[in-house]
Amino acid sequence: MELTRSIFFQTYNLTVSDLETYLNEALSRGGDYADLYFEYRINHSIVLEEQIIKSATKSVGLGVGVRVISGEKTGYAYSDDLNRENVIKAARTAAFIANASTEGGKIRVSAPLSEERNLYPIPLLPAELEISSKIALLQESDRAARAFDSRITQVQASYVDETKHVLIVTSDGKAAWDLQPMVRLNVMCIAEEAGRRQSGYQGAGGRRGLDIFTGELDPKAIACESARQAILQLGAVDAPAGPMEVVLGPGWPGILLHEAIGHGLEADFNRKKTSAFSGLVGQKVASELCTVVDDGTIPFRRGSLNMDDEGNPTHQTILIENGTLRGYLQDRLSSKLMGLPLTGNGRRQSYDHIPLPRMTNTFMMAGDSAPEDIIKSVKKGLYAVQFGGGQVDITSGKFVFSASEAYLIEDGHITAPVKGATLIGDGPTVLRQVRAVGSHLKLDHGIGICGKDGQTIPVGVGLPTIKIREITVGGTAK
Amino acid sequence: MSDLQSTAQQVIDRAKKDGATAADVLIREDDSFSVTVRMGEIETLKQAISRKVMLRVFVGKRTAASQTSDLTPAVIQALVDETVEMARLTSDDDSAGLPEPAVYRNGAPDLQLVDRSWETVTPAQRIDFAIRTEAAALSTDKAITNSEGASFEYARSQVAVANSLGFNGAYEGTTAALYCVPIAQSSEGMQRDHWVSAARHQDQMDLPENIGRKAAERALRRLGARKVPTAEVPVIFDPLTARSLLGHLFEAISGSAIYRRGSFLIDQIGQPVAAENVTIVDDALMPAGLGSIPFDDEGVSTRLTPIIERGVLKNYLHSAYTARKLGATPTGNGTRTASGSVTIGPTNFYLKPGSYTPEEIIGSTKNGLYVVELIGFGVNTVTGDYSRGAVGIWVENGKFVRPVQEVTIAGNLREMLNNIEMIGNDVTFQGSIAAPTLKIRNMVISGE
Repeated sequence: MELTRSIFFQTYNLTVSDLETYLNEALSRGGDYADLYFEYRINHSIVLEEQIIKSATKSVGLGVGVRVISGEKTGYAYSDDLNRENVIKAARTAAFIANASTEGGKIRVSAPLSEERNLYPIPLLPAELEISSKIALLQESDRAARAFDSRITQVQASYVDETKHVLIVTSDGKAAWDLQPMVRLNVMCIAEEAGRRQSGYQGAGGRRGLDIFTGELDPKAIACESARQAILQLGAVDAPAGPMEVVLGPGWPGILLHEAIGHGLEADFNRKKTSAFSGLVGQKVASELCTVVDDGTIPFRRGSLNMDDEGNPTHQTILIENGTLRGYLQDRLSSKLMGLPLTGNGRRQSYDHIPLPRMTNTFMMAGDSAPEDIIKSVKKGLYAVQFGGGQVDITSGKFVFSASEAYLIEDGHITAPVKGATLIGDGPTVLRQVRAVGSHLKLDHGIGICGKDGQTIPVGVGLPTIKIREITVGGTAK
Repeated sequence: MSDLQSTAQQVIDRAKKDGATAADVLIREDDSFSVTVRMGEIETLKQAISRKVMLRVFVGKRTAASQTSDLTPAVIQALVDETVEMARLTSDDDSAGLPEPAVYRNGAPDLQLVDRSWETVTPAQRIDFAIRTEAAALSTDKAITNSEGASFEYARSQVAVANSLGFNGAYEGTTAALYCVPIAQSSEGMQRDHWVSAARHQDQMDLPENIGRKAAERALRRLGARKVPTAEVPVIFDPLTARSLLGHLFEAISGSAIYRRGSFLIDQIGQPVAAENVTIVDDALMPAGLGSIPFDDEGVSTRLTPIIERGVLKNYLHSAYTARKLGATPTGNGTRTASGSVTIGPTNFYLKPGSYTPEEIIGSTKNGLYVVELIGFGVNTVTGDYSRGAVGIWVENGKFVRPVQEVTIAGNLREMLNNIEMIGNDVTFQGSIAAPTLKIRNMVISGE
């Protein structure tokens, strides 16, 4: 990871002595802790629409965020450049949160050392790739979607990537850096027939080079899946309304865990006792079939990180073990105040945002039921395999997630496709309703975006096929 | 000419030197302050000045865009060079290009976007706004036991837009928001809700005590909420949830959704698409409006655009691109995205008030759901299919009887628009999209 060193220490002439100066300024009013988050980010996007390359964009983000913690209080300021004067000004602004008259001791920063672990080694950074190879992916997607069915009338394919250099320095004297790549391909199709229109979507990505778009994730496969969903929806019937048995397909339906469990276990809400999960550690919150983890260490995944945005290594954290609630997702502030170990979940959107406890890749471990047996065991219910987004009210625990591809199950058989419908449930109790867990865990294709307090970050989810005894389905057919 | 405007002009000049046939640039500077107070103590204090340069270049009929927060001259120059190179690699697009010269206005109207008196408010006073707001919420009732805090945010923004046709304009604006999220507790669990006041001028802001009390009352009335049986009944949206419906409608009438055929409202100009009592406008020129702007991010003069008049669809909203594409006139709704490209954004997009008080609307309902919060993303703009999680209060014989949660409401936006039965007189602006209380004849509520 010498490149990051060159970006901040060579291109921007940063020195260890600068870092010490900034941290000393940040603690000049006696805060307990300070950190600096340097970021240099390049994003590209290309959009294909109406069979032509409509536009290409490049975006450059550079800045440093200065955080000072004093007790439970956080002071934060940032600078959009690395100009020494401006960083010192930001450090003094953040310092205002503390009001001790005496300065803290002088800080020494040890020279940055490379992390040994690299979860996303790639030969060429997205920022270095030829634009023509990215355009080729879009053209291939467009051709494949249009060839899939003549009822596909519109195809919008987009490619985005990110190359992000991060350097984090703390008043504990630690320095750590990372180079975080990300690519993503999206295909949206519109199908029309006899005056009816429907859309389909499929996307894929991860912290990897363009070689991720091969096999199951090649542009053709992604495009055909998007087209298939649009065509399928043309024949969809109204979704049912009311509580019923629901089987969730593997992979992306893991968004259930993200909404129902994950957010409610973020430590800040539990420290402040504003989560429906507050005080439930050690208690049974799910069927014994359920073991749920958050794991930021899976190579090349969209939600993975070598270190979190506070410079701490990511972990695999067990949230629920055989039905029992085990723990929370921590950032530095909450772990300190709660006296619990760090889990490497302090994340932020960018240098202009304060870190918060966030998820990485959240999924349920496989069980031992054959997926086809799970379907066969349902007399009347819903089989949901694709979802749009979800949301949760942390305090009441109520969550929703919206199915975009779902079918009726009648007498153990998958029958008619139904229109999109939102499913609603209660986070702390929904997993008690799990009656079967499939034998094969599938992770999503790398498209998750999670929002909290106005900050969005990439995440992953995963799920084996599961059966939920009862959850409310929000269709229109009574 | 301000510093931002001269930087903008330099960027245009560089792009032309590089071979761009046309270019436009937007520079934005935000001086922002925010404080969050929780349980009477400061939790976070954040302050910064941020700048962004957004550039778009055309090489003939080819387009590329870029954005940077690093304004070092060498970085900007390199980015301009690269953007021109990127444009050469895209395809010819007949509709690409700057807005025609006829759509620029000389001299910006004074929309009263700035209140200088904010500058005399000290950081201590700003913190005090949040402290008073939360304290009012916590003292409303002893069932208010906890809080996610109260926040005060203030920003002064400067925007400069210039293009190679000679347009060069700038404007300033101030905005503030005071926000509170109290938590109420009973033996049946916790409930939170919020209230916010947002404005450009100090004298438009609600008092901290009123915001705190209102937020607390909203949380308290949710205590003990439970499911209701699945049924088809009238649904009343309060102004905040009605505002989300307007948001979906905005998506459906934006020129980009129309030319992509990704809207349930395509090909319907001049057709009835809503009940006769419905009139919706996008008014960029509302004095001191949160969404008011003298010109859009492409420099196009802004205006009042009727969207739906007495139920009839009148206009879609356009950028220069979508207007050219669909043979319409730009409406002054061009908005730069984070990546620098241009999309469609609302100015002050709202449903005009009706004659009923919210009490009259609730009073008219024999059996139905009054919705106070909606969650989730179950809205399909292509088909209009609608299904979202709802929190609300059950209405029986014109009275609130019990709080409701863990239910969904479902229907289709096309039918919902046609079934707007009553419109309140209480349009509530908390951002650029707003609505009054709305009663929809019937929707399916899915619960027990």
